[in-house]
Amino acid sequence: MAIEYMGLSNIQGPLAVIEGVNDSFYEEMVTVTMDDGSKRIGRVIELEGDKAVIQLFEGTSGLSLTNTKTKFMAVPMRLPLSKEMLGRTLDGVGRPIDGLGDYFADEVRDVNGQPINPVSREYPNNFIQTGISSIDCLATLIRGQKLPIFSGDGLPHDSLAVQIARQAKVVDPDDEKGDKFAIVFAAMGVKHDVANYFRKSFEESGVLGKVVMFLNLSNDPVVERIITPRCALTAAEYLAFKHDMHVLVILTDMTSYAEALREVSSSKGEIPSRKGFPGYLYSDLASLYERAGIIKDAKGSVTQVPILTMPNDDITHPIPDLTGYITEGQIVLGRGLSLTGVYPPVSILPSLSRLMKDGIGEGFTREDHPALSNQLFAAYSKVEDAKSLASVIGEDELSALDKKYIAFGKAFDSRFLSQGRNENRTIEETLDLGWELLGMLPKSELDRVSDDILDKYYKPYEE
Amino acid sequence: MTEGRIFGINGPVVKVKGSDAFEMQEMVYVGEEELIGEVIGVTSETTIVQVYEETTGLKVGEIVKGTGAPLSITLAPGILSGIFDGIERPLVDIRNLSGAFIARGVKVNHLDERRTWDTVIKVKAGDAVESGDVIAATQETSLIEHRVMIPPGIRGVVEWAAVSGSYTISEVIAKVKTDNGIVDITMKQEWPIKTARPYIKRQAIEKPLVTGQRIIDTMFPLAKGGAAAVPGGFGTGKTMTQHQIAKWCDADIIVYIGCGERGNEMTQVLEEFSELIDPKSNRPLLDRTMLIANTSNMPVAAREASIYTGVTIAEYYRDMGYDVALMADSTSRWAEALREISGRLEEMPAEEGFPAYLASRLSQFYERAGYVTNLNGTEGSVSIIGAVSPQGGDFSEPVTQNTKRFIRCFWALDKSLAYSRHYPAIHWLSSYSEYIDDLTKWYSENVSKDFMEKRGRMMAILQEESSLMEIVKLIGADVLPDSQKVTLEVARAIRLGFLQQNAFHADDTYVPLEKQNKMMDTILLLDDRMKEMVEKGIVFSKIAETGIVEDIIRIKYTIGNNDIEAPFHELQLKINETFDSLAAQRRE
Repeated sequence: MAIEYMGLSNIQGPLAVIEGVNDSFYEEMVTVTMDDGSKRIGRVIELEGDKAVIQLFEGTSGLSLTNTKTKFMAVPMRLPLSKEMLGRTLDGVGRPIDGLGDYFADEVRDVNGQPINPVSREYPNNFIQTGISSIDCLATLIRGQKLPIFSGDGLPHDSLAVQIARQAKVVDPDDEKGDKFAIVFAAMGVKHDVANYFRKSFEESGVLGKVVMFLNLSNDPVVERIITPRCALTAAEYLAFKHDMHVLVILTDMTSYAEALREVSSSKGEIPSRKGFPGYLYSDLASLYERAGIIKDAKGSVTQVPILTMPNDDITHPIPDLTGYITEGQIVLGRGLSLTGVYPPVSILPSLSRLMKDGIGEGFTREDHPALSNQLFAAYSKVEDAKSLASVIGEDELSALDKKYIAFGKAFDSRFLSQGRNENRTIEETLDLGWELLGMLPKSELDRVSDDILDKYYKPYEE
Repeated sequence: MTEGRIFGINGPVVKVKGSDAFEMQEMVYVGEEELIGEVIGVTSETTIVQVYEETTGLKVGEIVKGTGAPLSITLAPGILSGIFDGIERPLVDIRNLSGAFIARGVKVNHLDERRTWDTVIKVKAGDAVESGDVIAATQETSLIEHRVMIPPGIRGVVEWAAVSGSYTISEVIAKVKTDNGIVDITMKQEWPIKTARPYIKRQAIEKPLVTGQRIIDTMFPLAKGGAAAVPGGFGTGKTMTQHQIAKWCDADIIVYIGCGERGNEMTQVLEEFSELIDPKSNRPLLDRTMLIANTSNMPVAAREASIYTGVTIAEYYRDMGYDVALMADSTSRWAEALREISGRLEEMPAEEGFPAYLASRLSQFYERAGYVTNLNGTEGSVSIIGAVSPQGGDFSEPVTQNTKRFIRCFWALDKSLAYSRHYPAIHWLSSYSEYIDDLTKWYSENVSKDFMEKRGRMMAILQEESSLMEIVKLIGADVLPDSQKVTLEVARAIRLGFLQQNAFHADDTYVPLEKQNKMMDTILLLDDRMKEMVEKGIVFSKIAETGIVEDIIRIKYTIGNNDIEAPFHELQLKINETFDSLAAQRRE
């Protein structure tokens, strides 16, 4: 039974307090009806005695203590789900905004989800070919992984995400039409044109019919952002584990999400930890990122590619820092590379994929892949050493070996890292290119590769 | 039984009114779904309870029931090769009840109460028994014999004992007549997780925990009964280091706690450990391992408990006379759980929002490590290896700093090493082990007389390299005198050939101490001979041309783990021949 309460007793930032409440429960959904008939939704985030603190997703502007009626819905925040969601555009809390009306719900689920039991998880080891050399070879994406893109303002993370989404062959070999592939896209606090860019790109590559878009744009209510990724992941889990689809979830921008969380936390008067973010930021981010994976006995999978812009390009800022501790690696974009015209500007040394070790090599990609990627990392880190030495003593004074490394580094940036926005390289092409470049270094320098692999693949570089 | 009503709910913290009879740390059932909780604050008006499950759906006014006992776990056969959540609920049973996702309020037993165990009873009526005495034994897994002990606090005379046969863990197998009447003994004990289990006395630490990892065993050894910390930013290989130690260390039993970490990692441990075969016994490693998985998206209060649950289980097996190694990945997540709860209680924060009692909680945990004489006279140990995830990779943050005060072995993981894929990325200059003095005797008796001296020489070379690198970074290596170029070359051999270890290589993943010793000998021979060449006036480029260093760097792949005597002899011969002929050329 839903009860209605007249008025509020306190409003603070995005939070409203009602007294005299009984029978409400923690995280219950509420609707607030204003005098003019417009409705806002919210949820209970704290209960004490007969007092309930409500977080209003669309903000509190225009609310007074007397002009509202509040109804407790007796359910937690839920999202109606259906396969018809594919191709639809919804707002940040899951209401259709594309003018096509409501869709018929097959099922309704609590957006908070439930943790996957670790014994029910299937360890992910299926390689996803993104067609991007730096990712495929050095930070391989695995089906069921959560691999964020750490970027900065003004870097081409959006085009990279689109390129991954377009080229990622997450389809089964026996699913040629791609019926089992879907994209769930959640925008949190991004600009209109960014959202449009994604939509247009999906349209151009003909996958729009397989995309569910949840949009909370930068001028939409801030608090709504807290629910947006949860709606998106609930939809993704439904498609993956009920309809056996391989779902790629793109969440952008996690920084706006975390800032919304901070805003709510500070209006609640909570004790802040680092940079004003709440102490539970780690647990909260984990409750999103951990909703990726593969479940035993289910055919689908949820792969996450969250995008976050590092404030001031600082990788030690709490948001990228805590994200890195939860996700299975990261793809870091570098401003220096981007300025020299390298696309995608993947800064390989700090980039990492934790799951690649079990999804590459013989039987997955090619036998030489693990050793090759190891050697490329080691060689590239020597390039950095040589460059910093050259910046002190000048390139001419370098030893012959260091000069070779500098030449290798240049070729690596311009040929291996750089590729066209529509260029889709196969893994064989990528690996062969890697060996070609390693040919620029003397064989004795390649200490990460075993002799038999070296004999088979190493060829000195010829101009 | 104490009963109260819910008054307020804020995340995992619930305020309860209506009774002042709750005890601190008492376990309670919260709400109609009977979620498990623990009392963490008592005032005359309200009792504060932290709930070990999600609180969504709880209502003000719902009932809270006390149990009269602190949060306890069950200790009995059936723990090993199992995987549990933070309060010892078997995840497999939870899956059978609630499917792939963990539902709230699932009622499961800690351990299987119906399974029967073939038990050998070792006492008979009339025997005098004391706390800790082994009265029965059963083969828990193919590797481990589970010894059923008289629970602490009980002494008396056996009045009746069952005959050997099949029993469940709750069947009475003996009755003991004590001063306070007759006590039924079953195979299971209940023990409060926040109380350390008793022992007779602590012993001096003198044996290493051999891990087969060169940088650990040779450079920074951990002792059985000691405590170590592995701090490192994300991606530096904390989890990988923990996995390697869990796989290869010479403890009898491994307790692996995934505390606030990734779900996929726990799945990986579970899969990998059931496939990996222990080389000594030819049985799956899972037979000596138990896992606690409280992943980052599982309730935060249970994350706080998971560390205590793990260490209590470790102590229980220690009591049987086993060497137990406990891995906690990661203690920072546990500290964050403390911070989160503390914040919800509106306690005054100390550094970076962490509560002021962070240091004392950390010390209580690490002090439960030790090499002890058990109540039954056997010896056993608990070694703790805690991963630390410092914010921003900065070791000056409170959790790392406070942890350093209570551990004696510090394996500092370094970002730049990890970036160049030098694994394990334990940095030799910022790590330390205070156990070296305690262990010198063991190493000289069991491996090589001058083992620690040789280690010291290698450290000195690495130290010198780091100061030379300062110059090299400014003006390049070409201008250094030949003697210093030799140092750089030998240091390179140490870094690439010795410190770097390939966890994915069949032989290199675990290297026995004898081979570590021989490798060290070979590298030091190289150092001696190269220095000698420079003294004889042979230019460095000639020495480098021989390519002998590359041979030494490849030892880890070219010489297997068995039958090492001959190949090492051959290699050392080759080194000597190479340099002898260099010297001969010079004379001509």
